[in-house]
Amino acid sequence: MSAVLSAAGVVRRLSGEVPVTLVDGVNLDIERGEFVCIMGPSGSGKSSLLYLLGLLDVPTAGRVLLDGDDTSRYGEDELANRRLEKLGFIFQFHFLLAEFTVMENVLLPMRRLGKLSDDSARTRARELLERFGIGAQSAKRPHQLSGGERQRVAIARALANEPLVILADEPTGNLDSVSSANVRQILRGLTRETATTVVAVTHDGSFAAAADRRIGIVDGKIDNAWRPG
Amino acid sequence: MGLQSSIALTHLTSRRRQTLVSLSCVVLGVAFFLAVSSLMSGSERDFLKRLVDNSAHITVSDEFRSAAVQPAALRWADGAVHISHVKPKTETRGIRGYRQKLAFVESLPGLRAAPMLVGSAVLTFAGREHGVTLSGIVPSKMKNVSTIEEKTVAGSLDALSANPNGIVIGKGLADKFGLWLGSTVSVTAPSGVNRPMKVVGVFRMGNASVDETQTFTLLKRAQMLLERPNRVNRFVIQLTDPYQARVVAQRIERAVGYKSLSWIEASEDFLSLLLIRRIIMYSVVSAILIVASFGIYNTLSTIVMEKTRDIAILKSMGFHSRDIRRIFLIEGVIIGLIGSAVGVACGLGLMRVLASIQFKIPGVTETQHLPLDWSVTQYALAAAFALISCIAASYLPARRAGRLHPVDILRGAA
Ligand SMILES: Nc1ncnc2c1ncn2[C@@H]1O[C@H](COP(=O)(O)OP(=O)(O)O)[C@@H](O)[C@H]1O
Ligand SMILES: [Mg+2]
Repeated sequence: MSAVLSAAGVVRRLSGEVPVTLVDGVNLDIERGEFVCIMGPSGSGKSSLLYLLGLLDVPTAGRVLLDGDDTSRYGEDELANRRLEKLGFIFQFHFLLAEFTVMENVLLPMRRLGKLSDDSARTRARELLERFGIGAQSAKRPHQLSGGERQRVAIARALANEPLVILADEPTGNLDSVSSANVRQILRGLTRETATTVVAVTHDGSFAAAADRRIGIVDGKIDNAWRPG
Repeated sequence: MGLQSSIALTHLTSRRRQTLVSLSCVVLGVAFFLAVSSLMSGSERDFLKRLVDNSAHITVSDEFRSAAVQPAALRWADGAVHISHVKPKTETRGIRGYRQKLAFVESLPGLRAAPMLVGSAVLTFAGREHGVTLSGIVPSKMKNVSTIEEKTVAGSLDALSANPNGIVIGKGLADKFGLWLGSTVSVTAPSGVNRPMKVVGVFRMGNASVDETQTFTLLKRAQMLLERPNRVNRFVIQLTDPYQARVVAQRIERAVGYKSLSWIEASEDFLSLLLIRRIIMYSVVSAILIVASFGIYNTLSTIVMEKTRDIAILKSMGFHSRDIRRIFLIEGVIIGLIGSAVGVACGLGLMRVLASIQFKIPGVTETQHLPLDWSVTQYALAAAFALISCIAASYLPARRAGRLHPVDILRGAA
């Protein structure tokens, strides 16, 4: 299997009065269909690394390769196009648009991409919602849902355009244990059934235990000796 | 509906009260813009109509625009010729060969022309004397180029044809001297020629000086009195389209050689006054819309600040900066479109109210109404101006929204 997402000597430094190095020379290869957890102490640069892998941020040095493509040559719009076609994001807080219904939230990426007809997009959105057990909520607004349900809507939305990689930043950080288990099972299932790759930052031990691989980050560097506790 | 438009709409409805306030600013702006602009434009048209109706559109007179060039200067055009103390050849006054020239002018499309011989005379009645302008006319032609026929209060212009010794005078003069139809007055020309003439018509133009000093008689009679046989010194021309006057006047002047003055040229000072008036008016009504656009700017800036999280989500999802910018510009356009539509409706209401106001001017019998311009141009102008200021007001917030960096927002929120 070849790497679907790689980091090669990735550095992210903030220039300012006091320069800060968020990510410091990370080399990483993530295989297709792999479920990878990124762990580490708070403030060690996990989110920053995830933003770089997710093409939301641009490295100061080094390169990020997505699906064999060197993304360092892309401009802002090109990066946005890669995100739309090949990546999906899940954040700790659900980040749904409050004025839109559950259905409309899931439709957003598909409408922006414009590959599917309106009808097919709706069918796909309904399938996703039903798969995650929230088909009955599709006409509701996000605020009418529980935290676990919202996070499942966010997963459905992240999957809308059939991405290669799902990037999740503490997806269970704000959920009760039952909902956490549910989200964990969904993500675990994805990598097995559809060969979708999942890269998740987490503090959740049982979540990490379900992963194929755990990567420790300390002070912006990979440190595989790191263990929680 | 497009994706960006539907997002724009939800933003506006999520801030309903502020949206309504911005909207009412635009509505007020458009309504006032429309009412004031239509009143201004209406009164301007009214004024121009009076100007155009009551004056000759083009007057060809027996003058030249510049003094004749001396033969010596013509002969040595490139030489350093300076001629001083020459007295130009005495010209016999009047338009030479007026019949051919008049025939040429009349052959041009879209105009009616009449020849005139204008001179001065002294009118004597019961021992009193009064200096007048004596105009020799051809009644059938004169009727086509002036409103004198409609303004005749007694007798008629045609009566001149029946009575070669007839004279038509103004109401002012008639009142002053106690003249009426059938009265005989003595008319003395500068040369001393003197002839009794009978009043066959009285007109009232409404302008005191015209009504006291203007008199008309047959062209033949005037030529005889003024000792200018077979001469005229003026063509009076009326156009079907008065706004062609400048062009047509230039054409006639080039062909005929005599000075042709269009009403536009003759009233240039008035017209520049109208322009200034228009500038003042548009600056005032535009100010209202500029204030309205500050309201829109404020509303949209608030929405951008409130929706930074949504903007971060959309961008992380793959929306371009351009898409985000467009969302906020569309919000400006929506406010502009709805504001203009409602504003035009309110403006129409305001115009109705203005149009219903009646007032009387002393000395005029009919009641007057405010002149309003109801033409589509007015609505289009008000709506276009509102739309432009709405788009301009949403530009800065839209640009700011487009530039927001999702990572900055995600870091802040996490
Ligand atoms: N804009 C910024 N300016 C200065 N320091 C920052 C900024 N953003 C993040 N940091 C710092 O960089 C480090 C890494 O942040 P982050 O990637 O969010 O860590 P993690 O997700 O592992 O908790 C933290 O110490 C954080 O305080
Ligand atoms: Mg973090």
